[in-house]
Amino acid sequence: MKKVTTLTKTNRLPYFSLYFLWIGLFVIAPVALIVYQSFFGIDHSLTLSNYRTYLSSSVYLRMTFNSFWFAFLITVLTLAISYPTAYFLTKLEHRQLWILLIILPTWINLLLKAYAFIGIFSQSGSVNNFLTFIGVGPQQLLFTNTSFILVAAYIQIPFMILPIYNSLVDIDPAIINASHDLGANNFQTLWRVIFPMSINGVRSGVQAVFIPSLSLFMITRLIGGNKVITLGTAIEEHFMTTMNWGMGSTIGVVLIIIMFITMALTAGGRKGKAKS
Amino acid sequence: MKRFGLFAIVIVIISALLGLGVHQLNQASGQGDAAKTLTIFNWGDYIDPALISKFEKQTGYQVKYETFDSNEAMFTKIQQGGTAYDIAVPSDYMIQKMRKAKLLLPIDHRKLKGLGNINAQFLNQSFDPDNRYSVPYFWGTLGIIYNDKYVRADEMQHWQDLWNPKWRNSIMLVDSARDIMGFALVRDGYSMNSTNLSQLQQAAGTLNKLAPNTKAVVADEIKMYMIANEAPLAVTWSGEASEMLAGNSHLHYVVPTEGSNLWFDNIVMPKTAKHQKAAYAFINFMLEPKNAAQNAEYIGYATPNNKAKALLPKAVREDRQFYPPAAAMKHLEVYADLGTKWVQQYNDLFLEFKMHS
Repeated sequence: MKKVTTLTKTNRLPYFSLYFLWIGLFVIAPVALIVYQSFFGIDHSLTLSNYRTYLSSSVYLRMTFNSFWFAFLITVLTLAISYPTAYFLTKLEHRQLWILLIILPTWINLLLKAYAFIGIFSQSGSVNNFLTFIGVGPQQLLFTNTSFILVAAYIQIPFMILPIYNSLVDIDPAIINASHDLGANNFQTLWRVIFPMSINGVRSGVQAVFIPSLSLFMITRLIGGNKVITLGTAIEEHFMTTMNWGMGSTIGVVLIIIMFITMALTAGGRKGKAKS
Repeated sequence: MKRFGLFAIVIVIISALLGLGVHQLNQASGQGDAAKTLTIFNWGDYIDPALISKFEKQTGYQVKYETFDSNEAMFTKIQQGGTAYDIAVPSDYMIQKMRKAKLLLPIDHRKLKGLGNINAQFLNQSFDPDNRYSVPYFWGTLGIIYNDKYVRADEMQHWQDLWNPKWRNSIMLVDSARDIMGFALVRDGYSMNSTNLSQLQQAAGTLNKLAPNTKAVVADEIKMYMIANEAPLAVTWSGEASEMLAGNSHLHYVVPTEGSNLWFDNIVMPKTAKHQKAAYAFINFMLEPKNAAQNAEYIGYATPNNKAKALLPKAVREDRQFYPPAAAMKHLEVYADLGTKWVQQYNDLFLEFKMHS
């Protein structure tokens, strides 16, 4: 860390220009292109009709609502699993090993994981074999909303656990001891002391899960059987099938705006309060 | 911090070495020799690899084989012109679209050998009159696949049969707007190329009534699911069907007699072609009955090459599932490129159906 402070104004410039070049090329330019494309109709004329179509079409609005609803459910489920997991992780001995085990699935390609779930959930899959074995009989598991939410949550869990774990580890044990010494029971300590102090981890976890969940598309087809339609499905269709890049970009712009709103809402002004 | 720096340097060095290795391998496999190469852009697993080596040995050209997974992706790539593809294999409506976009080179029929082997009924199609730009590669249909463990043959002969309430949550549909909207149009007695809004809306209404019977709208996975008995019914193309039938003897393929789609995958020369001589050599090579027959046996699709068909085993040649009789062929329709506006309309209605199901 010492090195950074010794940087003078003159030798700082090359570092920054590289950074700005990167951001400009790979973050700002693509977003600008998407916004630019969104103003073109299928006949390549400059128009606002894409936005008009989007806002006046009950299909797109319902799709947006669907995306929101599923992203919300996925986030809630992921949080419900991840928070206790992260909490218990901080109590364990070989924490690094456990963390590694949680990160490990993210090294595997998303499609491979989705295909693995097809094997698990299909009519002749292991879950149905088990259900038959205990006498319940095979159930339709694939192509249901439940299986879609489960698989999406499974994929997102590491991105929720890690930030929460990091913020929990940072809590000074002395504060928890103090809470107990002052008469708080375990639940009160968790709810009034630990949770508020880890809220930043929860926020970044929610951001890391909610935003990508809005535009999931491969899993909607592979696991959801296209019975779950999200904005991601529509974007894929506009770019890959109808080649209506303008409309696809418009939905992209909508997603970007929703992303910023989500960031603004979850970033909240209570940062300082939680820290103090 | 120091350890992290070391780690980063090691990763950079390893990546650089791997990159160098790949470069060396490419050089070694002769892809540097640009004049004697032929770049083919085809669907994945859509040619017998043995034929490529045979072609290379016979003509001395080096084949670079690249694949795409949708006509639209191929169109975009050729339009952007990054790679100089010499041969591509688009489907019917896409050939029409590429022609309109001036992305194809006309084919000089004087340089072709064996175009006469092709069955005349597959030549001179509406998407490419007089075959000025394309040579037929494979053809097929759209139809219904049923599993005889759950469905009797007489229960599943027409599109109408799919709407039977008995098949609740049983049908897998291929994720393609033209095809699914298409069979709903046929069921209502209209053309699969309809550009009449009220007909389309009526078909969309008919299709929405199929929602309770629809189990899933998926793509290539249909093959895997049907072979694994996941669903009793599916709607997909004959090519996919032949692969499924090979994997599960309980499956059967039906092309409803009232009408369906007739599709083509044809060989074209894109504007980007740099090795035209090699391209002609390849087209002629694939027109040879022996090679076409070998390819048809490997892929399992129906060949338009009459002389090649004669070389196929009798069971394949007379398979009415994949070579429908003339009476059924008469009702098949080839998709026309309807223009972006109508394509959008089909897709919007299809998307609504997907949200419905």
